[in-house]
Amino acid sequence: MAHAPLPLAHRGFGETLRRDAWWLQPLVVLTILSAFVVYATWAAFQNAHYTYGNYLSPFYSPVLFGDPRFAWIGPKPEWWPNLLPFSPALIILPFPGLFRVTCYYYRGAYYKAFWADPPNCAVGEPRNSYLGERHFPLIIQNIHRYFLYIAVLFLLILAHDVWDALWFDNGAGGVRFGIGVGTLVLALNVVLLTCYTLGCHSMRHIVGGFLDQLSRHPVRKKAYDCSSCLNRWHMKWAWMSLFGVAFADLYIRLCSMGVWHDWRIL
Amino acid sequence: MSTNAPISTAGTTPAPAATAGMTAKDAYTAAQAEQDAAAKHQTRTFKIWRGEAGKGEFVEFTQEVVEGMVVLDAVHEIQATQANDLACRWNCKAGKCGSCSAEINGMPKLMCMTRLAELDADKPVTIEPMRAFPHVRDLVTDVSWNYRVKQQIQPFTPRPPDAEDGTWRMQQSDVDRVQEFRKCIECFLCQDVCHVLRDHHKHESFIGPRFLVYAAALEMHPLDTADRVPELKQAHGIGYCNITKCCTKVCPEHITITDNAIIPLKERVVDEFFDPLGKLVKIFSRRREGPPA
Ligand code: SF4
Ligand code: SF4
Ligand code: FES
Repeated sequence: MAHAPLPLAHRGFGETLRRDAWWLQPLVVLTILSAFVVYATWAAFQNAHYTYGNYLSPFYSPVLFGDPRFAWIGPKPEWWPNLLPFSPALIILPFPGLFRVTCYYYRGAYYKAFWADPPNCAVGEPRNSYLGERHFPLIIQNIHRYFLYIAVLFLLILAHDVWDALWFDNGAGGVRFGIGVGTLVLALNVVLLTCYTLGCHSMRHIVGGFLDQLSRHPVRKKAYDCSSCLNRWHMKWAWMSLFGVAFADLYIRLCSMGVWHDWRIL
Repeated sequence: MSTNAPISTAGTTPAPAATAGMTAKDAYTAAQAEQDAAAKHQTRTFKIWRGEAGKGEFVEFTQEVVEGMVVLDAVHEIQATQANDLACRWNCKAGKCGSCSAEINGMPKLMCMTRLAELDADKPVTIEPMRAFPHVRDLVTDVSWNYRVKQQIQPFTPRPPDAEDGTWRMQQSDVDRVQEFRKCIECFLCQDVCHVLRDHHKHESFIGPRFLVYAAALEMHPLDTADRVPELKQAHGIGYCNITKCCTKVCPEHITITDNAIIPLKERVVDEFFDPLGKLVKIFSRRREGPPA
């Protein structure tokens, strides 16, 4: 594909004739994502205040090792490296974390915000070299669907946590049905995460997108249509569920610390 | 606006009403003059990139414009009254031929679909040629690379006809998905904004969003039997796209390029090359299916 004359001279970093505040969107993404990573990392290392009564923070769920009331396997395992402070969240958080890191929406957003590749549409870049997702390391992004499978598993577990959040200690050694603000916070979190996860581009592909004649598979067609419908809002679900999950952790943390009082509705 | 009815007189001479003796053309011109007289007039500044084979500079023009004008109208007025040799490409003036692509105030746009009213009136309007293609002259670039790329994509390969009369049967719901891609007018604005071409000049190894849309239209077609997935990964370089969605943002036909064409193709590449588990499962429900039973 030889062509003699080149296009107009190359533009340098940040150079553009755009008049709008093109830097605002990547800046907002950078700020929110950084704040989330800082908060989630801090919260994960706390190993405290992740439960309140029958509530369990989504950052720590499922508790494989830890608080005996919630742990699936047992207390801190022997093999836990001494150098690393123990926290059940450290085993859990990488999975939903990597689901988001490899999410098609977030990829486009953080390549712009964190790597300026490009800083925004039609704005000059800082580097000439470019590998894209074609070569190592970013070619690894292609395993996104495996994290999707795990994310679906987590949805079921978090839904079960909402069920648990409906059964409060009745003071006589048993439980009784109830609804607290915390229950609603956990339920909303699951709803938002479900909308985000089921509208994932890989989900859309796996349930039916890979077929060219979907009309021959009515169940897949329905699933594809539902996933496509959620997918149109994928960016919005991505942000809302990010806030939702951080807020659910914060809510339980502050209740457990005695800063907030969990208001019982029923 | 009409050149037969200059702005300066349109406001003062009452436009003749259409009468019985008038030809259709006269009546049209009269109606235009009337409309121009009633419209708001304004003087705007334009900075148009002028030069040849990539060398040149912005030249400033001041031009009287009329309410409702698009950028292409202003360029034509400047061409008619101030710079007769100003090169610009256009054809339909209706956003359907895809010829008048340029960069207006830094963003790739069709000149004929960009109203002056939507651009900041305090500052000059900048108009430059597309930056992803070899520059020819003023606002004109050589987009022929795109035609060569298109030839490299495996053409539509339908299965054998379903009926004896040589026709096929397919469901509307199955073609709905590719119908969106057929709206493309080949304006190449998406190619222009894509940083893989624009900034990294990967023309040799990346076909760009326009042709990923084209490949998707063929690959997802219910009758098509060709397999373009290996070449999408290798020669067509789909992996270079990092999903920044700039192409979707500039598409004048509002094709959801990234979400509906590129990502589904990337997922098909994953099926073939990066998902051994899924490949096993899908061997049993492969998408290359025969005619309806
Ligand atoms: S989404 Fe991909 S093809 Fe579209 S502009 Fe961005 S990098 Fe280019
Ligand atoms: S996909 Fe849209 S932007 Fe790209 S060439 Fe076609 S109409 Fe133009
Ligand atoms: S002149 Fe035809 S698209 Fe602009």
